Amino acid sequence: MSERTLTYREAVAEAIAEEMARDERVFLMGEDVGAHGGAFAASKGLFEEFGPGRVKDTPISESIIVGAGVGAALTGMRPVVEIMYIDFIGMALDSVVNQAAKVKYMFGGHARVPLTIRTAFGAGRGNAAQHSQSLETWLTLIPGLIVVMPFTPYDAKGLLKSAIRNDNPVVVIENKLLYCASGHVPEDDYLVPIGKAEVRREGTDVTVIATSRMNAFTAAAAEKLAAEGIDVEWIDVRTLKPLDMDTIAASISKTHRAVIVNEGHDTGGFSNEISSKIMDRCFYDLDAPALRVAAEDVPIPYNTELENEVIPAEKDILSAVRKVMEI
Amino acid sequence: MADQLSPELLVDRYRLMLKMRFHEEAIKKLFTEGKIGGTTHLYIGQEAVAAGIITQLRPDDFISSTHRGHGHMLAKGGDLKPMLAEILGKSAGYCKGKGGSMHIASIELGNLGANGIVSGGLPIAVGSGLSAKMRGTDQITVVSFGDGAANEGNTHESMNLASLWDLPVLFLFENNRYAVSTETSQSMAGSMEKRAAGYDLPFVQVDGNDLEVVHFAGNEAIAHVRSGEGPYVMQADTYRIEGHYYGDAMVYRTKEEVDEWRRKDPIDRVENLLQEREILDEGGIAEIRSEIQKEVDEAVDFAENCTPPPVESIFEDVYTEWQS
Repeated sequence: MSERTLTYREAVAEAIAEEMARDERVFLMGEDVGAHGGAFAASKGLFEEFGPGRVKDTPISESIIVGAGVGAALTGMRPVVEIMYIDFIGMALDSVVNQAAKVKYMFGGHARVPLTIRTAFGAGRGNAAQHSQSLETWLTLIPGLIVVMPFTPYDAKGLLKSAIRNDNPVVVIENKLLYCASGHVPEDDYLVPIGKAEVRREGTDVTVIATSRMNAFTAAAAEKLAAEGIDVEWIDVRTLKPLDMDTIAASISKTHRAVIVNEGHDTGGFSNEISSKIMDRCFYDLDAPALRVAAEDVPIPYNTELENEVIPAEKDILSAVRKVMEI
Repeated sequence: MADQLSPELLVDRYRLMLKMRFHEEAIKKLFTEGKIGGTTHLYIGQEAVAAGIITQLRPDDFISSTHRGHGHMLAKGGDLKPMLAEILGKSAGYCKGKGGSMHIASIELGNLGANGIVSGGLPIAVGSGLSAKMRGTDQITVVSFGDGAANEGNTHESMNLASLWDLPVLFLFENNRYAVSTETSQSMAGSMEKRAAGYDLPFVQVDGNDLEVVHFAGNEAIAHVRSGEGPYVMQADTYRIEGHYYGDAMVYRTKEEVDEWRRKDPIDRVENLLQEREILDEGGIAEIRSEIQKEVDEAVDFAENCTPPPVESIFEDVYTEWQS
């Protein structure tokens, strides 16, 4: 029997549907998530299956989408809320940062916030500066939040299901260009653990650590580099917070070289976080400095050619790996 | 004749208001003695609002409170000892010493938290209302907010969504006239009445320093919300007798203005009613005052003698543990 494949967006919708069927406290709300099926069709079919009582279209009011999620989570529900583009999370940041993330700690532990915040990020679609950003470090900065960024349809489903069952606020950052990607997604009820990175290719010469869509470029680069005699070990981070440094450190202790690929900006992007943790923990294992591949420190431009220059691509990974191998 | 509270209820509310007042006076003293860090916002002068409204809620109802929230917590059943222990940063406090004055909460008592962000509690209250509706209960949520919060976007998003979805939320606008130093006339265009009308919400405005007026208007508002007819906006006009925080020099208002409001002190007014209606005489009032003072003193004593949280606790309660 051939393996079932789903697109990333179908995997997201299936995860929500399964969790809603499993637990009546789970519901979805956000902008255009109802009959429209979500801006990226990632909630397609849910409105028809569960109705307007549990799949709720909201006004364009990001702060209350998240804030009401916090209130509902504190009082017995397990909301899944959607912020259509991560760029819009600025409108909701107080609810995310000062409310969702902090109430448990501020209240001395006497509160649980089982809230899942889904959002979509990333450039490469000609959406220009306000609809293309990689703002994950705005969130990884905040204690109390969990942040995941699935790459495969398998993980999109398994991590989202884990997020919905988690009793903490979890931000699931999906990638807009991956929604159409297909991959194997089993029909059985599986979870992908939060906090575990995945070694997607074993190798001996250099560890390439990637997030979300950057994994696709890494996979392609690894094949080309293999032809050049460079054996890449490729790690998909999957969970940014808490970061699985054990897996990264174990790999570096074997390869002694590291390249980190993240779509965020060069300054303040998540590649820096991984790099500094490697310095803390793996310095004496390294034969060369860990190199980073990140977006330029400019807003994402509209023009496709310019946009492609700004965000990391396969060629940037190739040159970073070649460079680190020469040091 | 205006509606009157029964003698029993009047005495009961009087005791609660005194508890709030003496609690805040105790904090002033502790602050002066250097025993309280950070900043603290006192409810002195606004007691009739919490005592008039929140006391009418059921234990399973919710409140969402503000940074000036000590009175709300006491009205929702908060105990003086863990309150003061929290404000002194002790592990016996409601938040194990990690929240302090601005974050006092008890999910068990239905207090979804005081909030250091002035409009931060409104979306949470709307979510709590949504939750009650989805769970099919008739629990309601009362959210207090001030004239400062009135002008943040959250307030508008919250009223809009609560109205749109007919959620059981009572928006309790405690207009204490000052957002830090800025008087309402300098910060609020239009009026809360017009804003409520804009969201198609019923509205009532009351003298927030008159316990009975607050009680009976609140009673109607609560009944409306509980019946499932949707949210309600209640404006209680009151006055923050103390500064924004304790120690505020208050250059933005005159002593005459403060004195004028002191003459409208909500507790004095209840004491007058108790005497006029011959429920209590001077001796009876003095007896209750000394009883409550003693209760507060004992709580202060308890709190001062509690142990501080262990240093290891800084890593506790950031997350709820998970399996996968």
